[in-house]
Amino acid sequence: MAKGKNRPAAEVNSGSMADIAFLLLIFFLVTTTIANDKGIAMLLPPKPDPNEPPPEVTKNDRNIFKIQANSLDLLLVEDEPLKDVGMLKDMIKDFVLNFRKPSIEGKELYNSLPATLRSHVQSKGKKENSSDEPGEAVVSFKADRGTSYELYIRVLDEINAAYNEIYGQRVGITAEEFLQLDKSDPQQNEMYQRARKGIPRAISIAEPNKIGG
Amino acid sequence: MPKFKKSSNTSEEIPTAALPDIIFMLLFFFMVTTVLRETSIMVAQTLPKSTQLSKLERKSLVSYIYIGKPNKVELYGEQPKIQVNDVFIEPKDVVRFVNVEKDKLSEVERDQITISMKVDVEAKMGIVSDVQQELREANARKVLYSSLKRLD
Repeated sequence: MAKGKNRPAAEVNSGSMADIAFLLLIFFLVTTTIANDKGIAMLLPPKPDPNEPPPEVTKNDRNIFKIQANSLDLLLVEDEPLKDVGMLKDMIKDFVLNFRKPSIEGKELYNSLPATLRSHVQSKGKKENSSDEPGEAVVSFKADRGTSYELYIRVLDEINAAYNEIYGQRVGITAEEFLQLDKSDPQQNEMYQRARKGIPRAISIAEPNKIGG
Repeated sequence: MPKFKKSSNTSEEIPTAALPDIIFMLLFFFMVTTVLRETSIMVAQTLPKSTQLSKLERKSLVSYIYIGKPNKVELYGEQPKIQVNDVFIEPKDVVRFVNVEKDKLSEVERDQITISMKVDVEAKMGIVSDVQQELREANARKVLYSSLKRLD
């Protein structure tokens, strides 16, 4: 051991470096937001053409599931008042999967369904006053100008939940998993397309009227 | 115990040189995953809760419209207002706003513009549907009702 030349290694004290980095980190934590862009996606109908008369309603009345909300946030579903919004999902599911009088495509669609959905149709479906087949079914929602946005989203959520559950069950996954399918992945995209084939998500949002009903 | 005393020569410090690197890693993570607040939101924003949430696929195609009661009630009144990019607008100005936003996108992507509607739960459907009519007019039909996750 050479005693005299044992100098300590020249070192810059970097203990405070962590503090500086922490300051930066906290600055970023405070000034930024984690983007939480999630929500209910909707496609608005195209702008009406002024040169053409409004299209006539050719759908049979039974093929339209009518939901109306008034300015007091009360619901009228298929001409009957409904208190519990949570029941809408099952009602819409039964309505869409009715197969009252399916066309040839409708029959093919029925045969392509998995056993769980088919038994659902057998137990609940084939009502006279409900939709002919899923391809024909339309869910119509009309709100009043005084209806709260909260209820509007709640109803839209229920409608979407009904469709997503049908889609999910069709390919053997839950509604949650169906929503999380990544369309850029070919395998998952194929699953998505398979689930949606023949059952369009037909949601019609009518223009709200001005008078509270 | 002389046996133990011998080893007291070694340095007892824990090297902390890697600590800044770890913090920097955290910092970069936050810088990448977050966005700087671009607009200061001047309306109340309690988003509704729902279960069927889908994610936005392309952030660059999104424009935001905020609707809610103004925070400065004494200045702007109680009625819900529409805010875009730091200013309040009337429903009829929505078309112009959408066109400005569309101009920022490249030509092929113009029709895919998505409007994220951040609407307060207190708002009524009247103002929301006015905006929707204008959006149809402006041919910006993809809409996302921004919403939080409901657990039940």
